[in-house]
Amino acid sequence: MTDTRCRTCRIILALMLSLSLAGCAANRVNTLAEVPPMHSISEFRDQRFADVADPWEGFNRSMYRFNFYFDKYLFLPVVNGYEFVTPTFLQERVSGFYNNLGEVRNLTNSFFQLKGTESVTTLGRFVTNSTVGLGGMFDPATKFGLARHDEDFGKTLGYWGSGSGPYLVLPIFGPSSLRDTGGLAVDSGISYGIYTAIDPFGNSDEGFAISSGITTLDAIDARHQQSFRYYESGYPFEYYMVRFFYHEKREIESGKPLPAE
Amino acid sequence: MLHLRLLFIACLVLTSVPSLAADDGYGYPIQGSYEATILGTPASLMPEFPAKMRTRQLVLDVIPDRQRPPIFFYDTGLRCTFAYQKQKAPLVFLIAGAGSSDRAPKLLTMMKALYQAGFHVITLPSPSHANFIISASQSSIPGDLTEDAADLYRVMETAWKQVEGDIEVSSFDLCGYSLGASQAAFVTRLDEERRVFNFRKVLMINPPVSLYNSVTRIEDMLKQIPGGPKKQGIFFNKMLSKFSQFYRYGNFVAINDDFLYSIYAERLFSHEETAGLIGLTFRINLAGMIFSSDVMTNSGYVVPKNRVLSPTDSLSDYFLVSTHLSFFDYFNEYFYPYFQKRRPGLTKQELINSQSLTSIEGYLKSSAKFGVMTNENDFILTKAELDYLRQLFGERAKIYPRGGHLGNLEYKENLDYMVAFFK
Repeated sequence: MTDTRCRTCRIILALMLSLSLAGCAANRVNTLAEVPPMHSISEFRDQRFADVADPWEGFNRSMYRFNFYFDKYLFLPVVNGYEFVTPTFLQERVSGFYNNLGEVRNLTNSFFQLKGTESVTTLGRFVTNSTVGLGGMFDPATKFGLARHDEDFGKTLGYWGSGSGPYLVLPIFGPSSLRDTGGLAVDSGISYGIYTAIDPFGNSDEGFAISSGITTLDAIDARHQQSFRYYESGYPFEYYMVRFFYHEKREIESGKPLPAE
Repeated sequence: MLHLRLLFIACLVLTSVPSLAADDGYGYPIQGSYEATILGTPASLMPEFPAKMRTRQLVLDVIPDRQRPPIFFYDTGLRCTFAYQKQKAPLVFLIAGAGSSDRAPKLLTMMKALYQAGFHVITLPSPSHANFIISASQSSIPGDLTEDAADLYRVMETAWKQVEGDIEVSSFDLCGYSLGASQAAFVTRLDEERRVFNFRKVLMINPPVSLYNSVTRIEDMLKQIPGGPKKQGIFFNKMLSKFSQFYRYGNFVAINDDFLYSIYAERLFSHEETAGLIGLTFRINLAGMIFSSDVMTNSGYVVPKNRVLSPTDSLSDYFLVSTHLSFFDYFNEYFYPYFQKRRPGLTKQELINSQSLTSIEGYLKSSAKFGVMTNENDFILTKAELDYLRQLFGERAKIYPRGGHLGNLEYKENLDYMVAFFK
C-alpha cells in the first residue's frame, strides 16, 4: 500500500516539476528590447487591497496551474463520469455520508477550542444523522435545529492565536496557508488514527480494496461538491481574488469572537 | 463573474429581505438604488427552475490562428453556454453586461427562464470580458459599439455554425443587459445588412443611453470616498475591517446568508460607502479589461512593451496599477489614440457621440423589433435619458419603479416580462 502511494506521489511530483520548469524554460526568447509602460507602480501611493502575504508566489502560481491541468485531464473527467452514471438522489446520499464523517473532525476541533455548546450540537448532529439519518445519508439533524459548525485544526490553531503564515497553494487540495496545511495534516492524522483503531474491514480479505475505494469516492465526492474551477472566471487577476477570498474567509471564521463593547 | 460577485457578497448581500413593497403593485422589495444593485434579488423571490437542463459549453475558434500570449495559456477559445430543446424552437442569443463572462449568474438565470419557456439559448461573454478580448475581438481594444457589434456578429455566426446540425430553429432573437443591451442594438442594425439571422425581437435590459455619460456616473461614485479614487486601497481595507469586526462582535457561525443579511439590516455601510463599493467593483472589472487588452496589443500601457509574461509571473503590480486607472484614463490615453490613428480628424466628442443610442435613434425608432426594460432609479441614467428612452420607444419601454441597475433582473415578474416579450 505504501509502495503504491509512494509511486503516485513520485509521479505527481515529477509532473509538477516538469510543469513548473516548462514555465521557466519557454517564453523567455525575447529579442526586442523592453520599453517602460505608460503607467507603473511608482506613480501610485495607496495601500494594496486584496493583499495577502505570499512570499512563494512563483511556486504557488505553478501549483495553481498544475491543479488546473490536473482537474482538466484527470479529476474533472472522473467527476463528470461519476455524475453521469450516478442518479442525483444517490449522489446526495454519498455526499451526506461523507459530510457526516466530517462531523468527527468538527467535533474534535470544537472540543479543542473548548466550545461547549458547539461540541454538544455537533455531537448531537453526528449521533442523530448516523442513526436516524442512516449513516449520514440523510440530514434530519438540521431539521431538528442542530446547525452544522465546520471546524478543522487550522481554525483551531487560528482560534488559539496562531497567524495564518504565508499563503500556500497545495497540489490537488488547492488554496491553503502554512497554518492550514499543518492543520490538514493533523486532521488527516486523527482520522487515520480513528480509522486504524476501529479497523472496520479488518476481518475482510478485501480490506485494502474496500478502504481505497472509500478514499477514492471521498475525493470524487469532495470535488463534486466543490463548484470552483481554476481559471473559469477568465479574469486575468483571478489568482489574487481567490487568494484574497480564501485568506479573508479563514481569518474571519477562525478568529475569536470579541467581547461586546 | 464569480469573484466579483463574491466581492459584492462579501460587502453586503442577503437572501431574504422582509417585504417592504410600496403600494405600486410591484413586489420587488429593495427601495434604494445602490442597495438593489448590490443585493440583487432575494432567492425566495426568484422563480424555480428545473434542476436538469440540456446544456453544453461551446469553445469557439472565432479568429483562426489567433496568437495567444503564454500568460493566457488557459484560454483556448471563446466560451459560450448553449441550452437546447429537443423540438423546434426559437433561439435567443444573450449578451452579458460589462466585464461578465458567459456564465455570469444573471445571464444564467435569464437562460434558465427562457429555456424553461421552451427556447434554445446561447449566452455570450461581454466584449469587455478578457476571454472575448483574447479570443474573439479583432482589434482586442474593446469599447466601440460598432466594432464590438461586428465582433459579436462573427461570434454568433461561429456559434450558429457549430450547433445548427444539432437543433431545429424557428427564428432568432436577441437580448442583452447593461452594456450588452447597447451592443444588442448595434448588432441588430448590422444584421439588417448582413441578414444572417433576421432577428425577430430584441430586448434591451437596463441599457445606457450614452456609454460615456453612464460610465462617468459610475466613476463619480468612487469620487465620494475619502481621498478619492487614488485611495481606493485604503478605502477597501477600511471597509474590510469593518466587515470582519462586525462578524467577530456578532458571534456568527459562518459567513453565510444570516450574516450577510444582518449587514444589510444593520446598515453597516453608509450610502456613500455603498456607492464607493459599486465604483470599486467597476474598477476591478475594468482592470481586467485594460490589462488583457494591453497584453494582446503589446501597447506598453501597463505592461512594458515587448515583455513576454510567463504563466507563473507575478501580476501583482499590474493588478494595482490597472485598478487605479479610471475609464477616462483608458479612453483618453489608449482608446481614443487608437481610433484617431485609424481615422485622422476624428474628435473626442465624435467618438463619444458614436457610443450612444442617439447615434442610431432613427433606426431604433423605426424598427418594431425593439423593446426596453429598465428602472426608474437606475443610476446609470439621468432623468433626461430615462425620458429619452420613454419617448424613443413609447409603449415598447417597460419601466419599473425600482431595482437600481439590474437589481431586479432576476425577480420573477421581470423574468416573466422578458419571456413574454419573446413569445
